[in-house]
Amino acid sequence: MPTIMVDGQEIEVDEGGFFVHPDQWTEEMAPELARTAGVGELNEEHRRVIKFMREEYFAKGTGPTVRALGLSSGVPVKRLYELFPKGPAKLAARIAGIPKPRGCI
Amino acid sequence: MTRRVVILGGGTGGTLVANRLRRMTDEASVDIVVVDRDDRHIYQPGLLFVPFGTTRPESLVRPRSAQLAKGVTYRLDTVDQVDLDARTVAMSSGDRLGYDVLVIATGAELMPEETEGLTGPGWLKNVFTFYSLDGASALARALDSFDGGRLAVNVVDMPIKCPVAPLEFAFLADAYFRRRGIRDRVELSLVTPLDGAFTKPIASATLGGMFEERGINLVTEYNTGEVDSSAGRLVSYDGREEDFDLAVVVPVHGGSAWVGRSDGLGDPLNFVPTDEQTLQSMARPEVFVLGDAADVRASKAGSVAHFEGHVLCENVRAHLAGEAPSARYDGHANCFIETGAGRALLIDFNYETEPMPGRYPGRIGLPLLAESRTNHVAKRLFEQFYWHVLLPGRDVPGIGADMPMAGKVPAPMPASSLAGKER
Repeated sequence: MPTIMVDGQEIEVDEGGFFVHPDQWTEEMAPELARTAGVGELNEEHRRVIKFMREEYFAKGTGPTVRALGLSSGVPVKRLYELFPKGPAKLAARIAGIPKPRGCI
Repeated sequence: MTRRVVILGGGTGGTLVANRLRRMTDEASVDIVVVDRDDRHIYQPGLLFVPFGTTRPESLVRPRSAQLAKGVTYRLDTVDQVDLDARTVAMSSGDRLGYDVLVIATGAELMPEETEGLTGPGWLKNVFTFYSLDGASALARALDSFDGGRLAVNVVDMPIKCPVAPLEFAFLADAYFRRRGIRDRVELSLVTPLDGAFTKPIASATLGGMFEERGINLVTEYNTGEVDSSAGRLVSYDGREEDFDLAVVVPVHGGSAWVGRSDGLGDPLNFVPTDEQTLQSMARPEVFVLGDAADVRASKAGSVAHFEGHVLCENVRAHLAGEAPSARYDGHANCFIETGAGRALLIDFNYETEPMPGRYPGRIGLPLLAESRTNHVAKRLFEQFYWHVLLPGRDVPGIGADMPMAGKVPAPMPASSLAGKER
């Protein structure tokens, strides 16, 4: 497994750059993770989505898909794409320090 | 004391579970009731062939009630909601039906209205779906008069029923236009939210190569935000545009609306969170789920409902007998993939094992992950097998619920599936 350095800590990630151990994540890591994911400065809305991703992950064992995220987070899908261009579920999951959402097969 | 098993949905899963369970239990001690809102059972795998004029739409429909064994009660009614605490099903008619065991088999529904513009002025004019009987029939007429231009096959979002069907449609369209001698006048593309032709790397590499051979464009990681039928264009959420003269769209799917009205049962998409091995709902041990209605990681496909059915029936029997459910579903799925011109490919896989080459169900059997005429013939014969063996819930020698490993030839992961990922 590859590792990355975030906020001075060595973090184990999978080949997609997703955290293997979500409890290693701290809120202080989010801005740095956002920059490497190409998301830029985090605002209140970003943070709300990231918090929601983590809550969903710990409640259900996987992060939500974009559609489920749009339906249950209160942030419409269109807006999610403005916040996290090129894939809100994946990018938000990477920044939130949770594994890649299981999605659908 | 007589106990009652209520099965919601008389489709593939509900029907085969009702029939199988009827044989496993005594009529004097267990009532089995199947509820459905209509009496039309559609052989859904046949929808794929309707647009190309090789299957008549009405030939795919039979009465649901006629597929149920003697001793199973069929009830024509619409489910309004389930009360998990009271163990009752409230019907739209006002009736209430109590249960000891509930089996949810109400499948997935198409929700075209969730995508901006999809059901707009172009719906059934230059924008179609083949995922419904009406849609497939209308598309047959449109294809007949299509003389060239851009045809886009678009999957809006996952999950969808039969994830290989859009690929098959593209392959069959390619063969269809060749047969009509106008293939050079048609630009064919598959526009998908996935990062390849299919979700599983080994099969995705094989299938991706088949797209190239046939000159079908593959547009990946495309999340459709809008279907603009007047301008003839798909627009993705990240602003990419795909032009079309004819769009064949697979709309987003959701579970049944009644799931959303039932407290504590469903997820935001109205699918039912389910233990992927015992097939019990996460909400209650006496509520079982199979087929498209469940949120398990298996494909939404008839073969999945078939293999799940064996496990589910055994676990329902155990539950009624006061034992812990011990049967485990391994995620086994298989599907024939039509590749055009009378050939097809077969894939067989489960939760842990990807589709790989070899033969199914054993060393002597149908070729896996390779195109052949035999697979195509088997796919067409399967329709009779469906009505006469699968729905009655019979055991088939050599075809078990668990995925067989004999006959498979493990293949290395294709390099292309790893490309572009950080290692």
